[in-house]
Amino acid sequence: MPLNALAVVRLLAPELILTVAGFAVLAVDLMTRPREDARPAAITALVGLAAALVATLSLIFTEAGTVVATTMVVDPYGLFFKAVAIIGVGLVVLASINFMAGRSRYLGEFYALLVFATLAIAVAVGATNLLLVYLGIEFLSITSYILAGFLREDRRSEEAAMKYFLYGATSGAVLLYGISLLYGATGSLDLTAIGQLFTATTSNRYLGLAAIVLLLAGFGFKASLVPFHQWAPDTYDGAPTPVTAFLSTASKAAGFAVAGRVFVTALPAFASNWTLFLTVIAMLTMSLGNLVALKQTSVKRMLAYSSIAQAGYIVMGLAAINTTVPFDGVSGLLIYIFAYLFTNVGAFLTVAAVEKQTGAVDYPAFGGLIRRAPGLTLMMTVFMLSLAGIPPTGGFLGKFFVFGAAVNQGLLTLAAVAAVNAVIAAFYYLNVVRYMFFVEPGEAGPVRISPDLQTVLVISTVMVLAIGLVAQPFITWATQAMTMVLAMGY
Amino acid sequence: MNFLDTWVLTLITFVPLIGSIAVMLIPATNTGLIKRFSVLWSLIPLVLSIWLAADYWLKFLVRGQAEMAYELKAAWIPALGVNYHVGADGFSVPLIFLTALLTTLGLYYSARTIRHRVKEFFALFLFLATGMFGVFVALDLVLFYVFWEIGLVPMYFMIGIWGQEKDRPQYSAIKFFLYTLAGSVFMLLAIIGVYLDKGTFDILVAAQNGGVWTTAPLAAALSFWAFFVAFAIKVPSFPFHTWLPDAHTAAPTAGSVILAGILLKLGAYGFLRILLPLFPGPAAQYGLFIAALGVIGIVYGALVSLAQTDLKRLIAYSSVSHMGYVMLGIAAAAWALNQAKTSELLNSAAMALNGASLQMFMHGIITGALFFLVGVIYERAHTRDLEKFGGLSSLTPVFYATMMFAGFASLGLPGLAGFWAEFFTFRGAFAIVPVLALIGVIGVVITAAYILYRVIQNVFLGKYEAGKIVHWTTVAGHPSEGPTDMELFEKVTLWPLVALMILLGIFPTLVLVYFNAAAVNLLNTLF
Repeated sequence: MPLNALAVVRLLAPELILTVAGFAVLAVDLMTRPREDARPAAITALVGLAAALVATLSLIFTEAGTVVATTMVVDPYGLFFKAVAIIGVGLVVLASINFMAGRSRYLGEFYALLVFATLAIAVAVGATNLLLVYLGIEFLSITSYILAGFLREDRRSEEAAMKYFLYGATSGAVLLYGISLLYGATGSLDLTAIGQLFTATTSNRYLGLAAIVLLLAGFGFKASLVPFHQWAPDTYDGAPTPVTAFLSTASKAAGFAVAGRVFVTALPAFASNWTLFLTVIAMLTMSLGNLVALKQTSVKRMLAYSSIAQAGYIVMGLAAINTTVPFDGVSGLLIYIFAYLFTNVGAFLTVAAVEKQTGAVDYPAFGGLIRRAPGLTLMMTVFMLSLAGIPPTGGFLGKFFVFGAAVNQGLLTLAAVAAVNAVIAAFYYLNVVRYMFFVEPGEAGPVRISPDLQTVLVISTVMVLAIGLVAQPFITWATQAMTMVLAMGY
Repeated sequence: MNFLDTWVLTLITFVPLIGSIAVMLIPATNTGLIKRFSVLWSLIPLVLSIWLAADYWLKFLVRGQAEMAYELKAAWIPALGVNYHVGADGFSVPLIFLTALLTTLGLYYSARTIRHRVKEFFALFLFLATGMFGVFVALDLVLFYVFWEIGLVPMYFMIGIWGQEKDRPQYSAIKFFLYTLAGSVFMLLAIIGVYLDKGTFDILVAAQNGGVWTTAPLAAALSFWAFFVAFAIKVPSFPFHTWLPDAHTAAPTAGSVILAGILLKLGAYGFLRILLPLFPGPAAQYGLFIAALGVIGIVYGALVSLAQTDLKRLIAYSSVSHMGYVMLGIAAAAWALNQAKTSELLNSAAMALNGASLQMFMHGIITGALFFLVGVIYERAHTRDLEKFGGLSSLTPVFYATMMFAGFASLGLPGLAGFWAEFFTFRGAFAIVPVLALIGVIGVVITAAYILYRVIQNVFLGKYEAGKIVHWTTVAGHPSEGPTDMELFEKVTLWPLVALMILLGIFPTLVLVYFNAAAVNLLNTLF
């Protein structure tokens, strides 16, 4: 049954609002220029994001999955990731106001690009057509390249953007190749149609494997999975810290969202193959990320590698996909991402606060932080414990779920590797805590946090603890989103 | 059901947390208020735990019952079937009291000896209490795990911040954290395994029908070892003990007391609460091996103690040795499940379990006192090098007398608390694993050697030489001519423990009645 125009507007409200908001930011910036901090533009962006969040949340509990314009679906799974992206970007925008002030002449564009990046994620996670998937990812990539290189005078920022671009362009091409294989095999770009047509016959077998590898390269790039992660450390390290917070959470989540939907819907016949690939990738990703993170001397770079390692845990959920609630894998993926969003945004923005004050992001810059900024230190401790998976934080709940999925699915090797990694990771996360609490402050003075950043950090801390302590609503939400995507094919 | 019956365990657990938050709200400069408040606040759980012990005795023990009581069950994460489920029985009631007692004494002692970063110390100490109480009352595996991990964080800070520079506190702190975490992540996997088999995280429900994974030996073995390693690291059992000397030595006095007095018991308690009830099959199967680990711990820990020149390290290693008795007792009881089920054997198993759990309690008191005593001398001499002491008996008679009590209790002198624990453990173990028990007795002899020779003789006897320690101070840090005797606050800290050592040495029944009821209960379900 074709939808009437009003219904389409309602279903696409988040995307429409984001589009309008993006342009509104540009317009407001034009009218209020020149300003040191582009606050009006940022506030416009926040209002737009808030409206989009309301629109998304209002759909979450009513929509079971409606296809719009034959290429997009509005379902709880997609809406979940839209909400994640909007919340993540909202926090980043709020935290950027003070951090970016005076660092660039084009701050209006900065906020507009962040809003457009959110739009790109919203499109990508809802797409049921491979072409739209590709367009969404590319749209996201292009906005991200510019954001990563936004501090044009900073050579490291430039390097970050250039590396990201070169890897991104290559992996985009590889992704397109994978899509073309699936199209060639089935004559369709629609995920559901491919899922029905592309069965695991002998003749399809190697084509299917090739397509999986190529798609994985494309999605793995966004999600920074080993071995498609090489861009990530330098880009995360060089990009403006709020942008890093965005790239390592909302943007990364989009990679997982799309990978989950495409694999589950279009390649259910090859589930045993891609789960095996993902299992191996998960082990490699977490091990490599953690081992290299151990050796870092800069907190920001440590967090960059930690973000890679975290991607390894997240992908466990997809690798251990099955149909027995609650340890079904996809729920774990969603819960983990939701908790990780607040944790990692909080962690990177704490780094941003210290960086703003001291200009440094290495460990000694965090020395004796408990004396210099007690509130900030306590919040950072919560983030570190959450990343390490210590209860009662959200990070623990995420680990609990993905570990549960792995054990449930009988992937004991994966579970054991992940457990060992959790211990390794605790060492370097606590190393930050060690500097903050055990080391004497030295010369560095107190760290003052702007009210905006304070708000962001408090929200993040509260959410990290809330997900761990009041887990039920988040699990219900994730399970509901999961059931929908599983119903589509797996 | 009156109010306290339902809420007492929750109150005991979370009152310290509220206190911790309150301390954080007091201005850091007002150290006097922080200290007074913390000590007084910690009396609330202490009083409640005494009420709990008395109430449990009157309600159940006098009638020969030993059931799980004071239960409170509320849905926490319904999607997973995780409940806030707490309860206490004969195993947990005495340990809750021990925790409350050592917490209060530790806070009181620290009020006089902690001088920098006071606010953080007291907030963390109270927070730590919540984690410890939580483990002893939790009846849900996830809840248990959450409390188990929560306790790690404050102890990590206590070692790292208030440790002595020369003891490498930062290294010791992270070592302590990572060792425990390494065990507990695998425990988490095993907890998930319990859920997959039984569909519940409830410890009592999972223990029904012969425990977990009864039809899948491999899964049972894997889960068993995952739990075992987590608990064995905490106990610590040889060969997982290497974190202990570092952590105990580096921690501030009250931290060492809590570490040795309570945190080690969390592991042993895990054996009693989770490992035996949930995995009776594997426990029986591997009982002999675990008993052997226990005996190695007893002898090895004692030998290494004998070789120490640092008083605090000596006491730390003595914990490895003494916790070996606990392992031996529990493992012997488990091994008994394998054999012909005679009432004679059941008796021996019960005795072994009684000895093990008594040892948990007694060791908490004795080693708690010993670490306080190390603090007494360290605050004055600023060294713990045994070679530098000597002849203190006449100069510090009260200190000497107190150390004598604690030391003799530690080596198991009849009439003091330690004796009964060892007696029951070996009496039970001899009937079940005679050879291992015999080897274990060697440890008792070596214990006597290091207590008498290294501690008593080296520190107190002989001739006092004034020049050996140049920098004597009073406990308050003022320079003094020579060693000064214990002050009032130190006596107030230590004498309750000494009184307990004597009281329980004469009337071990006072705690044994709890443990025995619980042990018999446990064995009846397993046999």
